[in-house]
Order: sequence, then structure tokens, then C-alpha cells
Amino acid sequence: MSTAAAVVRRDLILAARRWPEFALPPLFLLIVASLFPLAVSPAASVLALIGPGVIWVAALLAALLGQELLFRPDYDDGALELMALSSRPLAVIGTARVLVHWFVTGLPLIVITPLVAVWFSMSPAATQATLIGLVLGTPVLSLVGGIAAALTVSLKRSAPLLALIVLPLCVPVVIFGTRAASLADGGVPADGPLYLLAALLVLALTLAPFAVGAALRISLE
Amino acid sequence: MNWSWFHKLGSPPHLYRIAGGLVPWFGWTALVLVLGGLYGGLWLAPPDYQMGDGFRIIYVHVPSAWMSMAAYAFLAVSAAIGLVWRIKLAELAARNAAPLGAVFTALTLATGSLWGKPMWGTWWEWDARMTSELVLLFLYLGYIALHDAFPERRTGARASAVLALVGVVNLPIIHYSVEWWHSLHQPATITKFGAPSIDTEMLVPLLLMATGFTAWFATALLMRLRVAVVEHERGAAWVRALGVRNG
Amino acid sequence: MAEFIAMDGYWMYVWPSFGLTLVALIWMIAAPWLRLRRLLR
Repeated sequence: MSTAAAVVRRDLILAARRWPEFALPPLFLLIVASLFPLAVSPAASVLALIGPGVIWVAALLAALLGQELLFRPDYDDGALELMALSSRPLAVIGTARVLVHWFVTGLPLIVITPLVAVWFSMSPAATQATLIGLVLGTPVLSLVGGIAAALTVSLKRSAPLLALIVLPLCVPVVIFGTRAASLADGGVPADGPLYLLAALLVLALTLAPFAVGAALRISLE
Repeated sequence: MNWSWFHKLGSPPHLYRIAGGLVPWFGWTALVLVLGGLYGGLWLAPPDYQMGDGFRIIYVHVPSAWMSMAAYAFLAVSAAIGLVWRIKLAELAARNAAPLGAVFTALTLATGSLWGKPMWGTWWEWDARMTSELVLLFLYLGYIALHDAFPERRTGARASAVLALVGVVNLPIIHYSVEWWHSLHQPATITKFGAPSIDTEMLVPLLLMATGFTAWFATALLMRLRVAVVEHERGAAWVRALGVRNG
Repeated sequence: MAEFIAMDGYWMYVWPSFGLTLVALIWMIAAPWLRLRRLLR
């Protein structure tokens, strides 16, 4: 556990120093979301309908933005290799780093979501369901993205490849997340899809560390 | 039991020879089954009482769908074997199964679309199975792209094997989430025809086609393995000897 | 025979389906075959 704590501490310090990198995803969400009223229709009824979907897709794409740099700097300067040589499991180190990444990119995204919800005339119930969904779902996106980032860390240009790998795997998260919002919007309890999202989170937290660890080992071979 | 034949598969010239020996067996079986299935499906089977002759698309659509999933299962098992025991043959099998599976998946989507036009009145319907197949196609393409992105082939094989296994965990979740999602969104168009009732005369050609496609996949895979072995061993004495013999 | 080709009016959907499948199946066999022949040249 002390390994994880050390990694978390170090990564948080590093993140604070490179803060512009981490301000990008929320900004990205805002910009993408602001395009939809212009591209589709500014009518409140249309926006309320597409709002949760836009937020989820934009969150997914925003989460992808930073993934390429998740392990890259440590790979380039050799720190990752040293971590692999230490007696501490790479799975723990990698997962701790993914969670920090979620903390500095996923969380700000959730914080600005209410603003986007207002832009899209979403009902309070739909906003609330979207927020809970994002809290449960974005860590899953980060973990799945973490596996892909670990797999592609040794490649030079990995961003397009990352998108191709990660996006299809995130289909269930998007389905459950948007469904919760539309149920809540209709005045029906959104517990079902939210529980399913929670189940996905538990599954991802259980299995992703092994995949991240194995992927990092392969990339370092 | 004598396992020497198995260990021989690890040696490229033996793999080349053994695969070459198996190709005609699988190939002729596949051809006979597919031709039989085509004859039975297009000619002998009676027209469906609702869909008329339009239902005959089932004879290419369903076997393709079956192969699209069977090929992924094969790919994942091979990838896992390659990852755990570092068997080169398994790595080659996984990589070479992928484009075949992707083609079967694309074929499923294309024939499904051609079937959907008269059935649903539209070329594309966000039907649960079609959507799942679409995601499966993306998974295949992601696997191939990741595998080939690495300059070192064996690293690519190991990295993409991890992805294939993540896909195996994810595929059932994707499938059920899509099905659940679809059941909640009532489709705008009403299906014009119910599920076609299958009687024996209709079923036998379908089974022939399905087994024929499987044998076809095996044939193509064995041929691709031979190509891969020759490609990787270019310049080796035994490959040069082959080249001389073939003129 | 004309009736067979017409496929109850569904010829526009049935024949492209079978045609595409045939092309794909032939590609699966022909591509490695041609490639091997070229490699062994």
C-alpha cells in the first residue's frame, strides 16, 4: 500500500507542476459541448434530449486526450524501467497512476458538468443522474484507457491507435450512463443503470490492474 | 501418446509442410460443403411463407455471423496460449485469424444490411445484433492495428494478445448492454416479417454452409500461416530451396 | 430460370449478398495463395 501512496504523492506533485496539461480535458468538454447547439439546434427541447449523450461522448473523448501521456514521460526518461526493476508490483504502480490521472482529469470534468447541463437545459434530475453516472463511469474509462496507454507506451504516435482501441470497449459505459440520465429525466428512478455502472467499476478495478501490469511489462521488454 | 508432431509445429519448415499437407483436406471439404449448401439453399429449400425467396440471404448471413464470433474466440484462445506459453505458432494463428474474422464480420454487416432493406425498409437499423457486430468489427480492427504498430513482431503479438483478452471480458458486457439498450428504444420501423420458421429442408443447407464456412476459415488460416512462415524466414536455406523448386 | 433469378422480386438483395460473400471467400483463399507464389519467386 505504501507503494501506491508513494506513487500517488509523486504523481500529484508532478501534476501540479504540469497543470496546463490537466486543464485541457475540462476545457475540451466545454468547447465540444458549445458546438452542439450551433451544429444541431439551439431549441431547448432538442438540447435537453441530446445533452447527456453529448456530455458522455465529450467526456470519453476528453479522457482520451491525456491518456497518451499517462506513462510516456516515465517511459522516456527510464523511470518506468526502474519501477519495473523494483520489487514492487507494476500492477499497483500502474493502477495508482491511473487513479491519479482520473483525479486530475476526470474529476474536473465532473465538476464543470453542471455548467454544461445548464447550457443544454437539462432537468435537475437528469443532471443529477448524469453526475452520479460520471462519478461511477469515468474511472472505468480511465482504467480501460490505462490498459491501452500501457500497451502503446513504447510506440511513437499512439493517439489515433489509442482511440481505436479504447472507444469500442467503452460502449457499455456510455449506454448505461446516458440511459440513467434519460430515465431520471422521465421521472423514473435511475438506479438500475447506475448499479450496472457501479458493477462495471468494480469489475474494472478488479481486472484492470492485472492487465495494466502485464501491458507495462510487455512494453518494457 | 507421441507428442513429437506437436513439437515439430514449432519448427518453421515443419509447420510449412504440415500446414501444406492439411490445406487440400480442409479446402476440398469446405468447397464441397459450401457448394452443397448453396445448391440446397438457393434451389432445394422452399421459399419462406412470409418472406418468399428473400429469406435465402440467411444462408450467407447467419454462417458469416457465426464465423465472426467463432474467429474471435479462436483468436482470443490462440492469443492467450501465445501470451502464457510464448508459443510462436499460437501468436501467428491469432494474428492471421484476425483479418479473416474481420472480413466475416464485415460480411455479416453487409448481408444484414441487404436483408434489412426489404425486411425493415431501411439499409441500417440500430438493431441489437447489428450494433454488436459493428463493435466487434472495431475490436478486430483495433487488434490488427495494435499488433502491426510494433516494429518488433513478437512484442506486437504479446501486446495485442492482452487487448484480445480484454476484449473477451468486454464482449459479453457489450453484447448484453447493447441488447438491453435496444429493448428500451422501440425501433421506429416495425419488422415486416416474424422470425422465419425453420423446417428441415431449410435447416440442412444452413448447417452445411456453417460447417463449410468453418472449414473455409481453417483452409485460409493454414494458407496464411504458410505465407507468414515463409515471410519471416525469408533468406533461410529451406525457404530458398523451396523457391528454387517452384521455379 | 428467370423465376429463379428474380427471387420473388428480392433479386436486388439476394444476389448482391451471395456475390459479396463469394468475393470474400475467394479473397480469403486467393490472397495467401498469390502472396506465397510471389514470395517463392
